[in-house]
Amino acid sequence: MEARRGWRAVPKVRQVGFFTPNEPPPPARTQSGPPDSNSPPLSNSPAGNSLSPVMIPPPRHLSDNLAHRATSPLPVPETSAFRRPIPGGDRVAVVGSYNPTDSMLGASPPLTSPSSRIGDGEFSEESSPGWFRRSNSAKFASSFPGGGFDLTSIKSSETLEVEVKKPVEVPGPNIAEKSGVAGAELQTESQSSSKPLKAKTTKAERRALQESQRAAKAAAKGEATGKPAISSEGAATSKPVKQQPSRKKDALPAATSVAASDRKGVDRPPEKERKKEVPPPRMQFDDKNRVEKAKKRAVVNQTEARNRVELFRHLPQYERGSQLPDLESKFFLLDPMHPAVYKVGLQYLAGDISGGNARCIAMLQAFQEVIKDYSTPPEKSLTRDLTAKVGSYVSFLIECRPLSMSMGNAIRFLKNRIAKLPLSLSESEAKESLCSDINRFINEKIVLADKVIVRHAASKVRDGDVLLTYGSSCVVEMILLYAHELGKQFRVVIVDSRPKLEGQALLRRLVAKGLNCTYTHINAVSYIMHEVTRVFLGASSVLSNGTVYSRVGTACVAMVAHAFRVPVLICCEAYKFHERVQLDSICSNELGDPDAIAKASGRMDVNYVDNLANKENLQLLNLMYDATPLEYISMIVTDYGMIPPTSVPVIVREYRREHLWI
Amino acid sequence: MPDVQALVNDFLNKLKKRKIEGSQATSRQTAELLRSVISQQRVPYNNQAGALIDAVKAVGEQLIAANPVELAVGNIVRRVLHIIREEDLSLTTAAMAGLNLSAVSDDEDDEERDDLPVLSAAVVAAAARSTLRPPSLQTLLEDMPDTAAIPHTSSSGGDSEGKSKSADKSSRSRKLKHDVIEAVNELIQDITTCHEQIAEQAVEHIHQNEVILTLGSSRTVLEFLCAAKEKKRSFRVFVAEGAPRYQGHLLAKELVARGLQTTLITDSAVFAMISRVNMVIVGAHAVMANGGVIAPVGLNMVALAAQKHAVPFVVLAGSHKLCPLYPHNPEVLLNELRSPSELLDFGEFSDCLDFRSVTGSPLLHVVNPTFDYVPPKLVSLFITDTGGHNPSYMYRLIADYYSADDLVVKRRTTSGN
Repeated sequence: MEARRGWRAVPKVRQVGFFTPNEPPPPARTQSGPPDSNSPPLSNSPAGNSLSPVMIPPPRHLSDNLAHRATSPLPVPETSAFRRPIPGGDRVAVVGSYNPTDSMLGASPPLTSPSSRIGDGEFSEESSPGWFRRSNSAKFASSFPGGGFDLTSIKSSETLEVEVKKPVEVPGPNIAEKSGVAGAELQTESQSSSKPLKAKTTKAERRALQESQRAAKAAAKGEATGKPAISSEGAATSKPVKQQPSRKKDALPAATSVAASDRKGVDRPPEKERKKEVPPPRMQFDDKNRVEKAKKRAVVNQTEARNRVELFRHLPQYERGSQLPDLESKFFLLDPMHPAVYKVGLQYLAGDISGGNARCIAMLQAFQEVIKDYSTPPEKSLTRDLTAKVGSYVSFLIECRPLSMSMGNAIRFLKNRIAKLPLSLSESEAKESLCSDINRFINEKIVLADKVIVRHAASKVRDGDVLLTYGSSCVVEMILLYAHELGKQFRVVIVDSRPKLEGQALLRRLVAKGLNCTYTHINAVSYIMHEVTRVFLGASSVLSNGTVYSRVGTACVAMVAHAFRVPVLICCEAYKFHERVQLDSICSNELGDPDAIAKASGRMDVNYVDNLANKENLQLLNLMYDATPLEYISMIVTDYGMIPPTSVPVIVREYRREHLWI
Repeated sequence: MPDVQALVNDFLNKLKKRKIEGSQATSRQTAELLRSVISQQRVPYNNQAGALIDAVKAVGEQLIAANPVELAVGNIVRRVLHIIREEDLSLTTAAMAGLNLSAVSDDEDDEERDDLPVLSAAVVAAAARSTLRPPSLQTLLEDMPDTAAIPHTSSSGGDSEGKSKSADKSSRSRKLKHDVIEAVNELIQDITTCHEQIAEQAVEHIHQNEVILTLGSSRTVLEFLCAAKEKKRSFRVFVAEGAPRYQGHLLAKELVARGLQTTLITDSAVFAMISRVNMVIVGAHAVMANGGVIAPVGLNMVALAAQKHAVPFVVLAGSHKLCPLYPHNPEVLLNELRSPSELLDFGEFSDCLDFRSVTGSPLLHVVNPTFDYVPPKLVSLFITDTGGHNPSYMYRLIADYYSADDLVVKRRTTSGN
């Protein structure tokens, strides 16, 4: 969201920015001026008065007056003095004026000191290095309210006069500030506009302002790095400040809704990053409006399943069988969809690719194809256009099958890379670097990570062990094979469950490799658990509260193992860690094909409910995942080593940082 | 007698081949068989109770051996033995009471009087054992007169059946058999109607809008839920399918046919769903004396999940499922492994099932147990045809239904004879 805001703010910043280079000098002059300027106050004061009537917050008034009386002779100290009593005012002033500050930095030092102290307290939240300057600027603004802005609008000669006058007429500016609302109407770029905000601002507004500041600043930075020409965007202040609160309001819903899919790839400063960590809410499918909207965009033709389980209204469930032929028939019509992405989507839909790693790799490779075939359309920048494209592909893939969280992480990585492409790169170079980035991600985060995990986990296998695993996890399979290659003597128990019966494939592969296997179904897990010495489980994702989100049934197995005092080891690559938290398996999950429940595969004798599928009061629920609480987990084996589940947030944090700087 | 033997053999065959499914059917048929055994049994003039007990034990031993895992068989054999003892006891007490009061001097009576001193030791033992029976105010108060009567009764009906020499009146002999058969009929009646009696309590346990989870299929559970439905309670039921037999599908089908809101889930989703469930209601295969439950496979998992989420775990069990034995390693010793074909298709995995591997043992094993043991601490409540009980109270119920002498059916007869 913020990124968005940043973007929007940018153009304005730029506009004003053109003026700013001129600006800095004037304030500097004015500074020097203030003492001199005392004399001409009258000229400005009338204007200030005219504006003032609208709003004069009483406390201010007093302080103003006091200040006025006391300080009138020496304008500069006064300003600081009456500033102090009004903290809110300071902030606003800062906000308004902050752009010029950058440029002004050097000029103002003497003045800054008093206000800067005040500023300290107020701005301590923003640790950004810039605050000092800002506070300075704020001071300036306050002290020469009209000055800086006037400069921009009015010719320099006038501005000079004005500035001079304003600071002098100490009372005047105050009033002007208070009256700011009126000023706002005028919309002159004078800080009066910024000041009114001062007077009015509620907490929320102030916060909005601060955020907008940050955004603007971030944007500024981005611009600065990207397009050196516009480096000084200083003067932008007044406008963005004014507009942002309102803009924010309307922007918010939209932004949140889209946030997940398209994050604009602006350079994100660290503060923003912190904000981002709260993952955006997912699409809730019981929200009619949103579903309608989503449907309009959708490529895949989905029909809602009929007998849906009440508890799971918020998750999508569609009739199976119709989409695949439908999509296939559209193959040549879907112009914007890249064939590689299309293919992967179809594979997801048909269930040909399953398993977190396989799905993630397939998706990344498809994106690689996309990038290879990509050419920037005229009038567009590669960064933005490609991000948008990837976004649309991702939403197509989501339609085919909801993304796993690990894929979300991979997409975030890719978008991040795209956003961070240096602008100096040519298109081909950029594509090249993106492709290699993707390759690197696949290699480091998946392939190599698996190797490390296998090493770690195999050290936990001893001779005579009986290892239990559930379903079919590719990492666990690698571990078992590796331990077998090391010559360890152990037995494997494969627990399986309907409807996917993924364990059978694993069983076949392991037996073919000569491992001694026992196969059973999940109901018998407490029967078999007596013999088991270790439980190895895979995971679809590990959440930062230590919950392991994995194939449905994992929680049961872990629970029974826990009850039998058997250690449970979760094997999971760190790229699957996610900062989301989850307590149960219901709030977010994936619904599989309900018809798979009704039919028992390979059992012709079991077809009791086949003909009942249309009955009103029978619902079939095919959950795909469940959440294993952390108390059942002894250890998580990941590429950063073996950690307790409580350390997941640490990994998430560390990993993200690294992730950003790759 | 020969026709009885044929019946017995037939039943034995069925048990061995596991042709009889479900403890209710098994116990009903067992009871019917024992009834015919009793009715066909020629009783000697004296010690007819002993003769009946012997006959029943002989048959019972075979039946139990035919399917040691089907605890209902043993339960019914023990129940019948208990019935015989009880009937005999009541008859003799009645007779003795009459004797003592009217002091009729029959020759048989004399004999009995003569026996009295000899048997006193056995009498004391029997009296001691009878303390296991529920103490009522009456028994407490009438203890003294009873002890006078007990000696005679126990002489005929006591554990030392071979030794008892008490002679019964001819009228009594006919009456005993008749009474026993009556009582066995009642038992059969109880077994067939236990569903209704359990189901009657449904409304007390199921409230409006409740969410109930069950696993597999049990007739008792079905009746229970339907009884609540009939009382206009509306609630929804999650049915876990109970792989690999998929009995849950059957249950779901029945429930749907009766208009209940039913959701069929996989067994693996139990943990995910249990957090939204208000109560778990399941049937049992057998209830052990310690309150543990031998249940269809998968229920231990459900019980653990229920405990984790503090969901009440309610077991419905007819009284014929109460087993007076204490379990030892029940997961293994009271379990049965079914065919692997329910899990793996032999055709698909024939290459893996190769026994000619280097070590001589196959690489692939398939485990398909039938039962699970749910320890008593995981059970919140038992609902039997006599009401709701805690697991810790089971031993007491069992004392009502069984006499302590019959706990081990087999050894007694073998050692006795």
